Amino acid sequence: MDIAIPSFNLMVIAPEIVVLVTALLVMGIDLTLRKEQRSRLAWVGLVGVAAAAGLSYYIWDGTDPALQDMLAADGYALFLNLVILAAAALAILFSVEYVERTGLAQGEYYTLLLLSTAGMMLMAAAINLMTIFLALEILSIALYVLVGLNRAERNSAEAAIKYLLLGAFASGFLLYGMALVYGQAGTTSLAGVRQYVLSLAGEFPVLLAVGLGLMIVGFGFKVALVPFQMWTPDVYQGAPTSVTAFMSVGAKVAGFAALGRVALYTFGPARGDWQWVLAVLAALTMTAGNLMALGQTNLKRMLAYSGIAQAGYILVGLAAGNESGTGGMLFYLFVYAFMNAPAFAVIIAVSRMEGEDQGETLDGFSGLAARKPWLAAAMALFMLSLAGLPPLAGFLAKLTVFGAAVQADLTWLAIVGVINSVMAAYYYLRVVLVMYMKEGRSTKAAAGVICPALQVGLGMAAVAIVLLGLWPAPIVELARITVAALLGG
Amino acid sequence: MNQLGFPLLSIVIFLPLIGAVVALFLGKNRMAVKVWALIVSLADLVLACSLWGLFDYGRAGMQFVDRLAWIEPLGIQYSTGVDGISLWLLILTSFLSLVAVLMSWKFLERRSEADVRSYTFLLLTLETGVLGVFAAVDLILFYIFWEAVLIPTYFLIGRWGGEHRVRAALKFFLYTMAGSALMLVAILALAVVHVQATGVWTFDRLALAQGGLPLPRSAQMWLFLAFALAFVVKAPIWPLHTWLPDAYVESPTPVAALLAGVLSKMGIYGLIRFCLPLFPSAVEAARPWIWLLAIISIVYGSFIALVQRDMKRLVAFSSLAHMGLIVAGVLAANAQGVQGALLQSVSHGLTVTALFIFVDLLESRRGTRLVDDFGGLWKSIPIFGTLLLTVILASIGLPGLSGFPGEFTMLVGIFQQSPAAAVFATLGIVLGAWYMLSLFRKTFAGPLAHAENRTLPDLRRREAAVVVPLVVLMFVIGILPNLILRPTDAAVNDLLNRAEERRVVLMGSSK
Repeated sequence: MDIAIPSFNLMVIAPEIVVLVTALLVMGIDLTLRKEQRSRLAWVGLVGVAAAAGLSYYIWDGTDPALQDMLAADGYALFLNLVILAAAALAILFSVEYVERTGLAQGEYYTLLLLSTAGMMLMAAAINLMTIFLALEILSIALYVLVGLNRAERNSAEAAIKYLLLGAFASGFLLYGMALVYGQAGTTSLAGVRQYVLSLAGEFPVLLAVGLGLMIVGFGFKVALVPFQMWTPDVYQGAPTSVTAFMSVGAKVAGFAALGRVALYTFGPARGDWQWVLAVLAALTMTAGNLMALGQTNLKRMLAYSGIAQAGYILVGLAAGNESGTGGMLFYLFVYAFMNAPAFAVIIAVSRMEGEDQGETLDGFSGLAARKPWLAAAMALFMLSLAGLPPLAGFLAKLTVFGAAVQADLTWLAIVGVINSVMAAYYYLRVVLVMYMKEGRSTKAAAGVICPALQVGLGMAAVAIVLLGLWPAPIVELARITVAALLGG
Repeated sequence: MNQLGFPLLSIVIFLPLIGAVVALFLGKNRMAVKVWALIVSLADLVLACSLWGLFDYGRAGMQFVDRLAWIEPLGIQYSTGVDGISLWLLILTSFLSLVAVLMSWKFLERRSEADVRSYTFLLLTLETGVLGVFAAVDLILFYIFWEAVLIPTYFLIGRWGGEHRVRAALKFFLYTMAGSALMLVAILALAVVHVQATGVWTFDRLALAQGGLPLPRSAQMWLFLAFALAFVVKAPIWPLHTWLPDAYVESPTPVAALLAGVLSKMGIYGLIRFCLPLFPSAVEAARPWIWLLAIISIVYGSFIALVQRDMKRLVAFSSLAHMGLIVAGVLAANAQGVQGALLQSVSHGLTVTALFIFVDLLESRRGTRLVDDFGGLWKSIPIFGTLLLTVILASIGLPGLSGFPGEFTMLVGIFQQSPAAAVFATLGIVLGAWYMLSLFRKTFAGPLAHAENRTLPDLRRREAAVVVPLVVLMFVIGILPNLILRPTDAAVNDLLNRAEERRVVLMGSSK
């Protein structure tokens, strides 16, 4: 008898392992530190994240990209790893002073942040329905706890409960969808299901369609597509701000990673059957997100709705489904990490000067330019980039996804997209407006210093936004190569 | 590489931006920042004029071309160039920017040093943006400059404008952004058409304007509308002008001068550069409707100007009327119409800037811009009055001054297409003379009604240094219009010929 020994190449998930080990290390080291030393944990986490990013880059052209049909280290996964790790690194930098100020348990905080990061990375690497689900649970459970970590704060607890309940619902939908797909195709491997879809030769059985639909609902919850977005504003507002900064990017990247693989690779051959669903969802998401953001005066809530709208733009790329659309989606996610997470970091800095409640509101930002010119300039940069104004990176991100939509004969979607951009400019500009054109409430000039780690994070993000706007070719090219491999199957 | 082996044009475009960034780091010395801004904008004007000096009049195509692969996977290039159509607009931009910098000196006297630095930064950045619009050959590059212009303008109006500055800035921003949003989709659609026909991604204007590119009439119509919307909002014409009075009136005077002098020309330039050659059949189909709107702009702008008591508003509405005539001239789509429009763009840039300056000078002397507060000023400030009268005469198109040759050439062009339209367009000139001269009559003629006006100081030397060059140029252009027209000749004819060829090809292919 011949026993085949499956290849067991741990290099495939080396970056994930590094992050997990770092998480455990942080937990261990936490026990040995006195309370005032605990902010050092951030640096441990940062080193781990950097090492994982380095490893992702190192194994880029690895020989054996798959781990027993469960996890893959293909370009798609590694590209998204970099995005997730960038978000994690920024989040850690933004957390240093914030967790200390708000008295969160630092050991638990950084451990959970890293666990969640590992979950996100696994989700990007998952090539089996089972691993997708497991990864999703790893990242979600860590996030549920993070959101509710500030036990002294009622909003935080409320947000955690909401997130947990709705998240569990979403997981249920996802799992049910996966079960239906498995029932129809007889396999949980994405490649296997793809073979099955190919063998259908154009037909699309109802069960499979329902399965895919339920999975889209499940992922839709995670990335906050309309009409599955209800949890977003409350959770973003209630969670500790540094957690919001992290999850607003990380959870979205992970969700899109899995949705992208499932839709474009597995169900790619049947694109005609699902494309309109995603296109309609994208249009709904952009429009509803922007409409609801218009009236917000709390910045965390506004950014929550703006994040919904941004998910809509990203989905445009996915819905286009062609090479440029998928590349556009990846590029957009990359840029998104550097313009969305830092916006929350500015809120962290302003909250420190103006008080936790005031710092989250537009009022707290008024006259910021006079008090903290560089901070205001950075915020203006992020807002204008989110609004999609050239020459900032946000513009090129929009350009790539809208261009793909036009190419895929979804010109109407591109038109909805640009009209939405104009609508969105109104509320992004309002932030700029209060910072630069309103008098500050308090006359106490420049009260409080900004934590150096946060400054570094903001500075790097701002430079990235400008550089990606002026010289995006390397990243665009990288995204494109990655995608060619994914779509080619 | 271009004929010089040296990226002169790119230097002209980016010198102000570099100067702007340097200005941020010039420290706390306000004078240093101001002098620096003057040096940068003067140097840029000299370089822009050297483009004229080195310009090859016989060549229709792009000159001083700089080309660089930029975002290769998407087929986006950094490519810039100058031809007869953009030459004068580039020079006008750098000239009026210099004037704006000079005008800002006094305006900045009472401001903090941080204000001076950020204002200078924004003003110079704006200059780079506008220059880029006029020089970009790649459509995405064009769009990037086009939209990037909004950001400094928004801050300039919103931070240093009049009482309702915040609302005016927001309105300006949203209006123009909404206008140009669809243009982005249209640009993408054009590129997709090209990709489907040839398999190559490109946003190069020249490649996209080739005769061979298939473009059905209906598609042409939609694309034309998307482009034209962006341009006529910027120009603007009725009924898309409602941002104009707010923005022009609330802006600080140097910014108002740039808005009316060069930003509005971005719209005219876009119509000439993109709409005429890319969508010739659509231009023909849309001509009567756009003419109708343009004529309404002329008549409406003129009558509203006639009843204004605020002089700055009057100038703003006069600008609406003038832009209406220029848009009508462009849409005539013949050599006279387009060349006249270019000439008139330059002339209007000079006159409207001068008018805004005069209003500002009167306001700074009396603290009011209302017509009723003046009268009989001729007796107290005769030199001021003489120069203002000259500018007004140039603005209403008196022969011998810069307004005449442009208006006349345009009217000839319009007349060739439709005598009736020309008759209505001529109305604009009559009405223009009416409201402008009555402004002068109410403020400068007659008895000195208000005692405060008796002791007004006449034009100071530093003020004259700004105004006199403008007036001299009005005479130069008025007497020697060929100075302007000769370089534009080859490019305009070439553009119209290619448009005609393309129209014939497209007509043939749609059958």
